[in-house]
Amino acid sequence: MSLASALKTGDLTELPSRRDEDWRWTDLRGLIRTLPPLSPKFEGDIGVGPFAADETLTLVNGQGAIDLTLAAGETRVISMRLISATAATAHAGRVRITVGEGARLTLLESHEGLGEGYLSEIALDIHLASDAVVERIVLASDAPEAVSVVDAEVALSAGARFAQTLLTSGARRQRIETRVAHPGAHADLRLDGIYLLDGQRHADLTTQVTHAGVDGTTSQLTKGMVADQARGVFQGRIIVQPGADQTDARMGHHALILSDKAEVDAKPELLIFADDVSCAHGNTIGALDEQAIFYARQRGIPEMEARAMLTEAFVGEVVERIEHEPAREVARAWVAQRLGRSNI
Amino acid sequence: MLNIQNLHARVEDKAILKGVTLDVPAGEVHAIMGPNGAGKSTLSYVLTGRGGYEVTEGAASLNGEDLLALEPNERAAKGLFLSFQYPLEIPGVPALTFIRTALNAQRRARGEDEIAAPAFLKLAKEKAASLKIDFEMLKRGLNVGFSGGEKKRMEIFQMAMLSPKFLILDETDSGLDIDALKIVSEGVNALRSPERGMLVITHYQRLLDYIKPDRVHVLAAGRIVASGGPELALQLEAEGYDKYASAAA
Ligand SMILES: Nc1ncnc2c1ncn2[C@@H]1O[C@H](COP(=O)(O)OP(=O)(O)OP(=O)(O)O)[C@@H](O)[C@H]1O
Ligand SMILES: [Mg+2]
Repeated sequence: MSLASALKTGDLTELPSRRDEDWRWTDLRGLIRTLPPLSPKFEGDIGVGPFAADETLTLVNGQGAIDLTLAAGETRVISMRLISATAATAHAGRVRITVGEGARLTLLESHEGLGEGYLSEIALDIHLASDAVVERIVLASDAPEAVSVVDAEVALSAGARFAQTLLTSGARRQRIETRVAHPGAHADLRLDGIYLLDGQRHADLTTQVTHAGVDGTTSQLTKGMVADQARGVFQGRIIVQPGADQTDARMGHHALILSDKAEVDAKPELLIFADDVSCAHGNTIGALDEQAIFYARQRGIPEMEARAMLTEAFVGEVVERIEHEPAREVARAWVAQRLGRSNI
Repeated sequence: MLNIQNLHARVEDKAILKGVTLDVPAGEVHAIMGPNGAGKSTLSYVLTGRGGYEVTEGAASLNGEDLLALEPNERAAKGLFLSFQYPLEIPGVPALTFIRTALNAQRRARGEDEIAAPAFLKLAKEKAASLKIDFEMLKRGLNVGFSGGEKKRMEIFQMAMLSPKFLILDETDSGLDIDALKIVSEGVNALRSPERGMLVITHYQRLLDYIKPDRVHVLAAGRIVASGGPELALQLEAEGYDKYASAAA
């Protein structure tokens, strides 16, 4: 059951609905009344993407598929552009990435909505051989009326390291899901995210990490801001299976709500079936400190600028965890631009 | 310069200021002393426009401009600066970034060009050195984890960087060690000029040994109940506020 299978069969009941526990805050069945036609092959101009890299892989309107393999020991920086170019059409696309033993991949992934009101699902399979290192930066710039699902299935091997940062401005409905099979065995995982939502935008950042063996580490930090009537969803599940002792897992989700009509739904879950693990989660939802805002205004900073400055500082902690320096710069600029501080 | 006329203000239906009238001409330093809870900080917040205070009567102007009609940031751009009794912490915003943002916002509001980064850094280095502030500290989140005295020193640093026209110092001396008090006072005195005015709120004569006031006022129960020359501060130190309790009631 998924958007992709509904597109394939034309059967609306295949869409995830709020009756499905893991989709209760991101109801697609209730939103999508009819399925639009499939997206055509697109021949027009797609401009340049947000990331600069030596190599660029592009998937437009889900046509074709991306299949990327890094040989053992290889190091590559790749920009991957996933573009929805045609308004009011639907498509599903697939990406398969295999990273060989000890190889290093920096994946700069952009979801670019050039059309309006499309439906898009992109499914990714990412496999890391032992000691492989991947940093995945995802910048999701969907159109405000779009429905977008990005679903990544990540499998780690012993000693591998996978680090991810999601940056999203949401869509009409948007779900970015990451499921990681974690073998323990000194593999290391970082799953971060920033959502900055205004208008009627919605973003759902869902993660599931399954620790299956001893000696695994996971660190998660997601921060978000919702304004106007926007809605942010964070679902983080960490499962520590029997025998996955010495697992060290931490998960943090912190959100700012800037308006009465905005909403954040958060469900952090630690399901621990092993002994001798160190797991913790923190979840806070609050407003900006009004006293700090007055202090900034007393120094001459206009109210909107003060709010943007404090919000930028709030999510800055996540930006700083990005390792690839040029991507960190893109993330900084994206935050500033989303908060209307691009002039500073 | 600063004119306050019969100012009444309340917080949550509680009247705090009950008719404050005060004139601080350009070039003068006036001290305000008075018992805890008299309304000294309230006066500084009402003048700078903090939310939650309702002005029910009276007026306040700076150089003829109605302060009460302006947003807090507009008042700042007109040159009004408050050194807070309890400075706020701004996590994640380095002091330098905060002050440059403030300085440029004030300049934009006044129709001036923004300050270029090299000129700003040069100025910051100069002012930090004169206040004996470690430059590295300015790269940390503003006031986050700073000691009470460090926060006060940071207030004076911001003041030096913004060079306001009218200064309100709310108990800037509290929390400062003996050496810091001297350094901070020198920082304040450096800003004394025929065009500037200052209102210095303090409980202790010691600060007034360094920052010599032209006038001293006693604020008790929301009113100015006595005014005099610098000798009034000495007299208060010796006698306390007892004799003003009846005047205030
Ligand atoms: N938000 C508030 N709600 C209720 N009462 C308040 C509030 N803020 C201030 N007050 C009251 O207003 C009065 C004046 O407080 P203010 O802080 O102005 O005194 P102050 O003269 O600065 O005292 P101190 O010397 O202790 O700093 C006090 O009685 C205080 O409790
Ligand atoms: Mg006070």
